[in-house]
Amino acid sequence: MPHSKETQLELLERMLLLRRFEERAGQQYGLGKIGGFCHLYIGQEAVAVGALTALRKDDHALSGYREHGHALARGTDPGAVMAELFGKSNGTTLGKGGSMHIFDSERGFHGGYGIVGGQIPLGAGMAWATKLKGQDSVTVCFFGDAAINQGVWHEVANMAELWGLPVIFVCENNKYGMGTEVSRAAAVPDVYKRASAYDMHGEKVDGMDVLAVRDAMDRLVLRARTTMKPALLEAACYRYRGHSMADPATYRTKEELEEYKKKDPIERLKTSMTAAGQLDEAAVKALEAKIKAQVDAAVKFAEGGTAPELHERFTHVYAGIEQYQGEGLKLDDFIDPHHVHIPTGKAPPTAGEA
Amino acid sequence: MALLSYRDALNQALHEEFARDDKVILLGEEVAQYQGAFKVSAGLLQKFGEKRVIDTPISEAGFVGMAIGAACLGIKPIAEVMTFNFAILALDQMINNAAKMLSMSGGQLSVPLVLRGPGGAAHQLASQHSQALESQYAMIPGLKVVLPATPADAKGLLKSAIRDPNPVVFIEGEALYPTKGEVPDGEYVIPIGKADIKRAGKDVTLIAWSRMTLVTLEAARLLEAEGIDAEVVDLRTVRPVDREAILTSVRKTNRAVVIEEAWPWATVGASIVDLIQREAFDDLDAPVLKLNGVDAPMPYAKNLEHAMLPNPDAIAVAAKKVLYR
Ligand SMILES: Cc1ncc(C[n+]2csc(CCOP(=O)(O)OP(=O)(O)O)c2C)c(N)n1
Ligand SMILES: [Mg+2]
Repeated sequence: MPHSKETQLELLERMLLLRRFEERAGQQYGLGKIGGFCHLYIGQEAVAVGALTALRKDDHALSGYREHGHALARGTDPGAVMAELFGKSNGTTLGKGGSMHIFDSERGFHGGYGIVGGQIPLGAGMAWATKLKGQDSVTVCFFGDAAINQGVWHEVANMAELWGLPVIFVCENNKYGMGTEVSRAAAVPDVYKRASAYDMHGEKVDGMDVLAVRDAMDRLVLRARTTMKPALLEAACYRYRGHSMADPATYRTKEELEEYKKKDPIERLKTSMTAAGQLDEAAVKALEAKIKAQVDAAVKFAEGGTAPELHERFTHVYAGIEQYQGEGLKLDDFIDPHHVHIPTGKAPPTAGEA
Repeated sequence: MALLSYRDALNQALHEEFARDDKVILLGEEVAQYQGAFKVSAGLLQKFGEKRVIDTPISEAGFVGMAIGAACLGIKPIAEVMTFNFAILALDQMINNAAKMLSMSGGQLSVPLVLRGPGGAAHQLASQHSQALESQYAMIPGLKVVLPATPADAKGLLKSAIRDPNPVVFIEGEALYPTKGEVPDGEYVIPIGKADIKRAGKDVTLIAWSRMTLVTLEAARLLEAEGIDAEVVDLRTVRPVDREAILTSVRKTNRAVVIEEAWPWATVGASIVDLIQREAFDDLDAPVLKLNGVDAPMPYAKNLEHAMLPNPDAIAVAAKKVLYR
């Protein structure tokens, strides 16, 4: 289905935002402003943007730990995401979650999860909830090619089909789970085929082509909304960076990376729009400038935020309890938490990565 | 003796045990081609081949359960979990199958398995990746639970764990991998269930394990500057626990503080306090204190994270409290 110039421009702008945001996040990590694990989404922008722009406001989405892009594509404020990466109180989860746990439930983005595959049942459960409430909302659950090897996928796929749940499982097949190529981990490397074991609809889309992803999702979302049926969409894509900041990605060739960069989703859309007379160099420049200002502002917002107050350690432990008291002896009775030594600068080199 | 990192000491133990017994295999995520997410299995694939060093899919319940099955029929699997946060997915297999096998089969099947990988908080990994979960395993009869703090202990105990005819849960300190220490060359085996006095002292007994041992030694140095002579008992194994070492030390100092990284409720530390008050009540000059991490999920922000776990200052204050100083 041909998309209007406006729609295509919106997709282009979103993808550019994701790309420039992640590049900046990588840079800020290098400066020691961001700690812990940081899994960048660069290269996969077409999947989040194509899929999530197909949703309504009252739909729901959730993802794994490589989720900065999903939050941004859903409309989360880049400043709030950057502030979260900085561990600041003006971040999406008040500095509690960090890179792997971006949440913006107000905009229907219900998180980043750090246990591989852990979000798969949650996604189906959210779809179940909207169905129980008589709504026609759809839930989109993102996970990786390696996550589908978790047993929980099979349990949930069975129930989702059996009970008719409006959930779309989007498996982002970026060819690797950490350093393991898909065919070394999966007896059926064509991920979408795994739906057939449960009589679920499965299909594959070029995840480097934002228009193709959007088309597929427009169809699948309508299908889920009207028939209350789940589906599995495999989006074939590629991550340009290592698994996390500590991974030099020596398990793949430079040539392979270059091959995928030639299919870059942003360049691809730019080229096709230019050929159709819908985009020129000046427009691209203006767009880049707009995005740069947005990302600059995001960093500024993050830098301007304060570290969370120490009492935040005891908020949100139990619903209905504002300041949890805790069981056992209180550490704070033995040391003033305001005077704990906090090393500055970069954290010690990560021993590894997970 | 050689100065080795904790990581390299573990690696040495693996190489030696692989060479010693060809029934030993290693399976887990990224253990072979990638050489381990934390590089603990470096060189094993090259040396011993893909039949014995196996990359698995991300399927913890499946591959840990399969390791248990293989162990029943005489293989000696080492199942590596990338971190113990992910071992939770295989907890059913460990508790319901590995721990029960010998008993429910009436002695017909045993499980010479090691489940190993890093545990505990590292740096800003947030709630799902910063957990000290040893108590989950330590409460289960049939399992042994080992948490070495130093490179030498890591080597000696891993070798014992691999040779043990029982399922051994071997939790490495995620933040300990780069730490260094002297490690004996070649055959060096430390029996499971033996504590180690990491610092002898007469005034107060400080009991810890894993990374908290190092933090506690730091506290002992602070105390020394104040003229307090602390004894640091590194349990090394939390099931079975070295009752004698604990009680001997407490009978000498008459005061004790237990330090653990985990949350305060229902833990190994609580059982140690139970043991001391029951067996050494008459020797105590003060109630035993148990110092834990803050009773809440670990936040990401650096300033919050640093206010979540026992540090040397807090331990020193606790020690002085049982000394009424
Ligand atoms: C249960 C569990 N096991 C292992 C890990 C460590 N880990 C984090 S991401 C990852 C690879 C996941 O790959 P994939 O699902 O393909 O997603 P991608 O990283 O490619 O986006 C692994 C092994 C984890 N977080 N949770
Ligand atoms: Mg992947």
